[in-house]
Amino acid sequence: MAALGIVLLGLAIFAPAFFQPQPLLSLVTREAPTLIVACGMALVIITRQIDISVGSQFSVCSVCAGLLAARGWPLALVLPVSVTAGALLGALNGVLVAGLRLPSIVVTLATMVTLRQGLNLVRQGEFVNLPDNFQWFGLSQSAGQWTLVLTALLFLAGLGLALRHLAAGRWVYAVGTDAEAARLAGLRPQLITFAVFVFLGALTGLAAIMNLVQSPQVQPMVGAGLELKVIAAVVVGGVAISGGRGNLWGGFAGLLLLTCVSPALTHLHIEAYWEKAIQGAIILLAVVADGLRQKRLNR
Amino acid sequence: MAATLPPSPPLLTLRRAAKSFGGVRALRGVDFELQAGEVHALLGENGAGKSTLIKLITGAHRPDAGEITVANRTLTGLTPALAQQLGIACIYQQPALFPDLTVEENIGLRLESSSPWQRIDWRARRARATELLRRVGAAIAPDTEVRTLSMPEQQLVEITCAVGAGARVVVMDEPTASLTHLEQQQLFAVVRELRTGGVGVIYISHRLEEIFALADRVTVLRDGASVGTHAVGDMTETTLIKLMVGREVAQLYPPSECAAGEIVLRVHNVGCAASGVRGVSFEVRAGEIFGLAGLVGAGRTELARILFGQTPADTGQIQLNGKSIAVRSPGEAIALGLAYVPEDRRRHGVILEMPIEENMTMAIHARIFPAAWLRFGRERRLALDFIRDLAVKCAGPNAPGGSLSGGNQQKVSLARWLATKPKLLILDEPTQGVDVGAKSEIHKIIRGLAQEGLAVIMISSDLPEILGMSDRIGVMRSGTLTTVLPGGSDASVVMAAALGQPQ
Repeated sequence: MAALGIVLLGLAIFAPAFFQPQPLLSLVTREAPTLIVACGMALVIITRQIDISVGSQFSVCSVCAGLLAARGWPLALVLPVSVTAGALLGALNGVLVAGLRLPSIVVTLATMVTLRQGLNLVRQGEFVNLPDNFQWFGLSQSAGQWTLVLTALLFLAGLGLALRHLAAGRWVYAVGTDAEAARLAGLRPQLITFAVFVFLGALTGLAAIMNLVQSPQVQPMVGAGLELKVIAAVVVGGVAISGGRGNLWGGFAGLLLLTCVSPALTHLHIEAYWEKAIQGAIILLAVVADGLRQKRLNR
Repeated sequence: MAATLPPSPPLLTLRRAAKSFGGVRALRGVDFELQAGEVHALLGENGAGKSTLIKLITGAHRPDAGEITVANRTLTGLTPALAQQLGIACIYQQPALFPDLTVEENIGLRLESSSPWQRIDWRARRARATELLRRVGAAIAPDTEVRTLSMPEQQLVEITCAVGAGARVVVMDEPTASLTHLEQQQLFAVVRELRTGGVGVIYISHRLEEIFALADRVTVLRDGASVGTHAVGDMTETTLIKLMVGREVAQLYPPSECAAGEIVLRVHNVGCAASGVRGVSFEVRAGEIFGLAGLVGAGRTELARILFGQTPADTGQIQLNGKSIAVRSPGEAIALGLAYVPEDRRRHGVILEMPIEENMTMAIHARIFPAAWLRFGRERRLALDFIRDLAVKCAGPNAPGGSLSGGNQQKVSLARWLATKPKLLILDEPTQGVDVGAKSEIHKIIRGLAQEGLAVIMISSDLPEILGMSDRIGVMRSGTLTTVLPGGSDASVVMAAALGQPQ
């Protein structure tokens, strides 16, 4: 949070152009789908699991939705299909992780590669052209952008509150901290784990649509690298990778911070090659800071 | 003290060895001596200090005071490496071998000192393993994978390593716990072989018959102190049991006042193959504390886990308030009105990172938050009530569980389960690792709950606690409930039942 403040302040001083409304709105709009996925990822990480297949899920949902849209399906139908597709992919991970108790990192690594390569095989890298009425939900660009940004923020607020105020939210923390204790308290850790994977999948499906409406076409690799960004945002935002700790607000701040890097570089006239390196350094810093904090707590 | 042995210098001597963990004094000045060529049994209740003593001898712990003399060297403490160098080897109940490596590889790993880049001489390794296995009389091919071996064969491999290392002192910690009778006899033969070769064997077992069959001398530990070393020939089972438990039960326990009511829980012939419990039958009445005594590993926690649905029963019937029930998960158990305060409170009882109030309401979300919407005010009031009623010493209801002392954590764990308003409360080692003051507070709370009509099952390895608290005492041995004794039974009677000795 403090880091985010410093970066924003630094930008305000050295690159006031960053805060021009229109480019900023575009920037935020581009990241709105990422924020949605990050919310779901935060839940998964709080339960002490991880899902690195979200990028591939995102691609699959996007392509499915794009194909249907190209055939003239209205958004009102494409959206639920995409969400359901995402939920099903999440359920596949969930069954393997919660049902068979396999380690989530291996399971989702496998589904990531399988989905990605399967999609490549089927689509042969071909783009899907989207009908015009899909752009910005058929609204004007700025209305569409605002819709997306507000949707994402509403989701963030709703989920953040739910995590704090619903019993289910507390279950997520309980399972992430000590699954056996949770089981003894009558909770069903495996079911809860399954549910967060399905939920993340569904959110990924939603995010795919939110991304779809921003461009005239979909390419099958659209989700590549998403998992990295999302996991990084969540971890930078203070959600402990060891489970049970952190919240969505942190994830939001983490995402903003990572997102600011690229435009900040542009405005500060630093070469864009530095972007990934700096993002990586931020992640490393966040993890080290958390590690040091943990060490102090344990002493 | 009538043991007469040849006046050769002892292999190993401990003088006034003491060791504390936190505030708990595990050993308070123990003297112990091991001669060459003897099997010296170490006997004592759970928690009498046997394991701590062993750990001092193997170098796993350093004594706080006292000295250890090994091979004429007097030391203030050992390290594992030094202990090994001085010829001390320990064979645990669960052999510490690498299951995916072969017998010769395991032996080689223990006995060969090698630099990382040294070439392994497989032929020499094979020859040495074969020779050592022959010496301990083990009919095991050196190229067998350890995981395919039976438990006694694995123990033989451990012994082989000990012999190969030239061990003069061999410690065996309940080596027969998982062995059949025949396997036991094989093991005994090897132990006698070691004795003949001049090795000193420290033998820990709860089975008195083994001690009479095998040991030359026996040292009895009680409450972290030695109560004497005797020649086994001078002892009888009765005198040994008396030595183990021989103390007054302090009058610290709140008295039982009200008469037991209706039968709340009736268990008939219950068993579970997976957890090794079989044919358990008993009943618990409202207002009654039913103590479950037994040695570690007798199946008491396993029985509790069956009742609470963690490892559901596969045979027998369980009735609650006269109705047959099948408990398949903890969730179902809670819904039926069962509560289980687990043994390992730091792992499963209290979530250390969570605030006290959240810990207390963990098991009752459905009831206090009917709309699934958390009501923090309600949760806070409930927590404050419990903090007051159970006198939990804490900074406040939002302090993390990990900030509390052991006794107060136990109270939080208890509160979580009392909040479910159970009909039957199962307590597993409720005062383990709790200081004396908090212990008697917890005892008062438990008695008070029983007086309010709760049926209580209390598992405890603390014999005075069982004797002082229980209205009736069930004794478990080898996975089954063997005896039910009236409250106020004599300690030696309970101990005899736990050891399986007729009295």
